[in-house]
Order: sequence, then structure tokens, then C-alpha cells
Amino acid sequence: MNCLLCHSPYNPIASWRQLLLLEEPDVLCPRCRGTFAVIRGRLCEMCGRLLEEAAPSVCADCLRWQEDEQWGRALVKNRSVYLYNDWMKDVVALWKFRGDYVIVEAFRRPFVQAFRRHFGRDWCIVPIPLSPERLHERGFNQAEALARLLPSPYFPWLSRKHSEKQSKKSRRERLETDNPFFLADHPPLDGKRIVLIDDIYTTGITVRHAARILLEAGAAEVGALTLVRA
Amino acid sequence: MYIPPSTAASPLVVWLNGQRLPREQLPFPDGEVAAAIQTGSLCEQPGLINTARGWRCVRCGNDDPYLFASFPCARCGSDCAYCRKCLVMGRISSCTRLVHAALPLPYGRYEAPLSWDGELSAAQAEAAQTVRQAVLDRRELIVWAVCGAGKTEILFPAIAAALEEGWRVGLATPRVDVVRELAPRFQRAFPRVPLAVWHGGSDERGQIAPLVLSTTHQLLRAYRAFDVMIVDEVDAFPYSVEPMLEYAVSQARKERSSLIYLTATPSRAWQRDIARGKRNAVVIPARYHGHPLPVPVFEWCGNWRKRLERGRLPENVFSWVLQRLEQGKQAFLFVPHIDELETVVRLLQRVDARIVGVHAEAPDRAEHVQAFRDGRVPLLVTTTILERGVTVPNIDVAVLGAEDRIFTESALVQIAGRVGRHAAFPGGDVRFFHHGKTSEMVRARRHILRMNEEAKKRGLLCS
Ligand SMILES: [Zn+2]
Ligand SMILES: [Zn+2]
Ligand SMILES: [Zn+2]
Ligand SMILES: [Zn+2]
Repeated sequence: MNCLLCHSPYNPIASWRQLLLLEEPDVLCPRCRGTFAVIRGRLCEMCGRLLEEAAPSVCADCLRWQEDEQWGRALVKNRSVYLYNDWMKDVVALWKFRGDYVIVEAFRRPFVQAFRRHFGRDWCIVPIPLSPERLHERGFNQAEALARLLPSPYFPWLSRKHSEKQSKKSRRERLETDNPFFLADHPPLDGKRIVLIDDIYTTGITVRHAARILLEAGAAEVGALTLVRA
Repeated sequence: MYIPPSTAASPLVVWLNGQRLPREQLPFPDGEVAAAIQTGSLCEQPGLINTARGWRCVRCGNDDPYLFASFPCARCGSDCAYCRKCLVMGRISSCTRLVHAALPLPYGRYEAPLSWDGELSAAQAEAAQTVRQAVLDRRELIVWAVCGAGKTEILFPAIAAALEEGWRVGLATPRVDVVRELAPRFQRAFPRVPLAVWHGGSDERGQIAPLVLSTTHQLLRAYRAFDVMIVDEVDAFPYSVEPMLEYAVSQARKERSSLIYLTATPSRAWQRDIARGKRNAVVIPARYHGHPLPVPVFEWCGNWRKRLERGRLPENVFSWVLQRLEQGKQAFLFVPHIDELETVVRLLQRVDARIVGVHAEAPDRAEHVQAFRDGRVPLLVTTTILERGVTVPNIDVAVLGAEDRIFTESALVQIAGRVGRHAAFPGGDVRFFHHGKTSEMVRARRHILRMNEEAKKRGLLCS
């Protein structure tokens, strides 16, 4: 078998356990697999970032969010699978910008595991959409590619308008004026728990914008599952 | 003097001239593109075609089923196959349309474009004449020139002749550094002729000029563009890229064009074909400075991998290194793989902290190589990737583990070819430390000896 990323041949059966349980063999060679850094250890309760042993249970970033009356509570939590190391940056560039869609297969198992552990079947899956222009340019939506990996169906309840590169506005201004999301066709959302799917959690503004729209339409709570915590 | 052609082509056709690109990459309104296709001044082709074996990428020629995948395509609304091999150039999927200009535009002629006043050695002059004739006759020719023969200058008379005819010349080479190194030399030799340099980081890529220097990947943009196609260091292409290069060349050259391959180490199949007269070749067995090639010495070094595991280098390898350090003579030490490179560097840094290791994926590769060139690094440990391109006047070279299968005849000849390049230091030590002699090692040594003999027979050696 050849590695999905480096194309070099490798032996995909890593352990007896794998053989006995008839697990799907890994699509990556051990070297490529090992270069991803999985987030493991003590996490910020809010954003799922890795914390120092002695640190408080919420990171400085999230404390700042919590001070915000309006936006602080828009998101119940974010959980991410990987750290944003140099390797991950390269892989994401190849996947998302070069458009090598099939790389998403490398994330299947850990992404599904994270979904089961932190969310589960009673959460409705909604991928963060791209604007029609961006979608045409890329040919696919990377968040939707991730959502397709999950064991439950996903729902395209959100749409996004095209916005130019983020301007020099303050965070406050961006939050108040630049929400690019709006509702698409959707059933009543009352009481629903919704997990947003996206590739990268950086500032948390994007998922909070999306969450806000869903909460205003009646959703009970909104969380996020992202591939990478930047 | 420059004699311009007369043409009345639309800006779109002029822009696209000599290129074949995905339709959405054209910086023109799609209506204009559609109209040009309608009138026949542009042609459109599918990006992928379905063959009996499966998909085939029209841009890069890939037909390996493992290098195709599919995705739910937002453009065509269906499950769309795409080529994973040429992704760096923008994704080609089954709904991509490739467009190119129907007819090549005529080009202007240059009178006496060459202003190079260097002198060719006897061996160079003879080869240069053969290349020039092959270009004028639009034939295929292999230039088999030893490392250090001065093969770039050999091309100048042929390129000058082509430019005088109003032809376009493309030179492709596997690596960006070679493109960057050649560009100023061509610029100086042909100061009045526009030169376009195509590599991943260049804005000129795709722009057609009378003279184009390109990496293999960027050559995939060209279509029926060149009257003269030169492929440099054809043996340096990684095995996996070879079929793509062949395809790119077949697409980039015009139907009636010459094809010149430059190589120091032709493959065994080519060597056989040349010997049987099935391929035309001109052989330059001597370096420009007229001194023979240094001949590699084989030295057994036992199970060096095991020694490395125990944190030690084989005795004789270690003392070879120490001698170089004492004499203050710079040296390359080649090892087969990255893991071994790391161990060897760690061990040697205990002796001299200035010693560094460089491999193909090392981000600081360029810096280290520069430090070596500047003489700040006494010994550079490296994997085969560096075997070409880097020339330093006065060095010795050793290979640790010359029996590894990564060290083919061609790689070993190239490694030996690093030594004695400069006229002031034409000699030097080439040492293959091994744990069991291989036929590749023997072939490499024989190859070098044969070249020296041939050079002597033809009276090309000065001593
Ligand atoms: Zn791999
Ligand atoms: Zn946090
Ligand atoms: Zn291709
Ligand atoms: Zn498509």
C-alpha cells in the first residue's frame, strides 16, 4: 500500500489488534501519521486548546470571550483534533488550497472519534458554509468534506455571503457588523443542539457568528468540532 | 538587429500563445473565450480522458489509477475525478476544459544574437557544431558530457542559430536552483533576446519568449511552443517524474522541432542504444580544463549501520574525516538516508561543531550549502539529493554505504564528478566506503575509466 500523503510504500497492518478487529488499515504511513500532533491532555473547557498543568480551567482567550455579554455565551464549546504545527499547515494547504480532496480520508478515524467523545448522535451536524464564489473557486467545501466523515447526516442550514479579506476593524466591530452567515432552508430549530463543523478554530469569531444565527432561530445550544486548534 | 513579425491576433490569443491552460485560469471574460473557441482561434480539450485503463490526465499524462481521486464537485455538481499528480499547477478534474491557441504566432528573427566571447575547448567546439546541426535539421540528439565538461556553452552556437531563424528555444531542467543559476548566464550570452524564467515562484511562468528556461512542472503549461527543446540533466529526474517529463516535453515541443538531451550519466538503456547507433549522441569525455576525471577508490568499512547504532563510525571512515579536518580540506560525505545522516552528523559534531548535515527536505538547506561554499563549514554530510549542482573548487568526496541501492551508477558518477572541477585543483580524493561491493559501484568506476581512456585516445587531455 502507498501512503496517501508521501506516496511511499508501507505495511498498513500496524498491530495484531488491528488485524483481529478488522479495522480499516491506516491510509498514512507511520512516519506521516506520526508527524501530526493530536491534542491530548488537559484542555480549556471552552475552546479545547491544550493547557499547562497549573493553568485555570479556561484559557485567557476564552476568559475574554466570557466577559462579553452578548457573544460570550454564543458557543458552548469547541473541540479540535490536532495542533496547528508546520506539518499540519502544509497538509491543510495541499488539501484545501491545492484541492487534494481525498486527503480528508487521513482525518476520518480521529475526527469520528472526537465527534463521538465530545458530541454524539443527539447533536445536529451543520458544516460552516463557503460563499458561492469561494465554493466555485475551490470546487468543494472543506468543512462539508469533514462533515461527510461523520456517522450521522449533516444539514446545510446555513449560507454565507461573499466577504473580502478581513479588514483592519477591531474585533468588536467585526463581531457586530461582519456576520457573513444567514439561514438557508431549515426545519424549526427549536430546542435543537447543533454542532458546527469547520477545519480551523483560530479566533473563534467565525463559529460564533454562525452560532448566533442558529441561536436566534431557536437552537438550544451550539458547539463546534474543528479539525485544528490554531 | 531584431526583425519583428507581422501579426494581427487578438490580445487573448497573444496572451495564451504557446500555453495550454484550464479555461478558468484565463484572465479574460468567459464570453470572450467562448467566442474565440467559436471562431476557431482557440481550441478546447477535456482535462481528463477516460481510456480502457482508466483516467488519463491530458496535461501531465498521468494514467496511474492510484494518482486519481474524486470529490463531490461544486462546479459540475457530480462526483468529479481529478489528477493528483499535477495538483501544484492547479487541479485538473473531469469537468476541466483545457484551452490553447489553434496556431502558433510567428516570431521575430534576431541577427547575430550571441555575444559570448569565451572560448570553447576542442572537445566542446566539436560537440557544439554537432548540436547546431541537429537543431537546424530538427533532429534528436543526446549530448553525453562528463561532469565539468562545460555543457552550457556547447549550446550557445545552436541557440544562436535557432534565434536567427526566428525560432523559440525551451530548456527544461528538474530543479529550480539550476534554472536560477542558468538564467543570468543565458542573459549575458544573449543580451538582446527576451528570456522568460518559469518556476513555481516566478511571475514570468507561462510567458512565452524566444528563450524560456523552465522546471519540469512548469513545462506542463507549454503546448506546441518550442522549435528547439533542450532537456538538461535528464538523468537527474527522480524516477517518478520521468514519464511526466517525457510527456511534458512531447507536448511542449512543436511537431517539427529538435530535441536535445544533456546528460553526464545516461541510463543503461540509453548507453546500449547509443552503442548500437539507435540514438544519435555526441560524447564529450574530457573536462574543459583537460585533466582526467578522478577515479573512485573502493574501501571496505564493515557493517557500518551496526556501528552507527552503537554510536560509532567505522575506523577508516572516521580517520578519512579527521585527515580532511587536519589538512583543512573541505569534503562532502554522502550517506544513503536521512536517519543515518542525523546520526553521522551528531557523531562528527563532537569532533568539529562546524560540521553540518543537509538533506532534500531540510528547510535550512540553502543556508548550509552557502556556508559550505563560503568555507565556513569544513565538512558537509548529505544525502544523494545534493549530488548535482553544488560545485566547490577544492574538495574531496566520500560515500558511506556505497552499496546501498540508492547509489546507482548514475548517482555515483555524479558524486565522483563533484571533485576536481576547477582548473586550479583538477585532482582530489573520491572514496566509496562500502559493506560489500555492488555492480553499480563497479559500473560507475568503469564508466569513469572509460571516459578517461576515450579522452586520451582523442587527444583531449592536456597531461
Ligand atoms: Zn507517508
Ligand atoms: Zn479556551
Ligand atoms: Zn495531471
Ligand atoms: Zn466537476
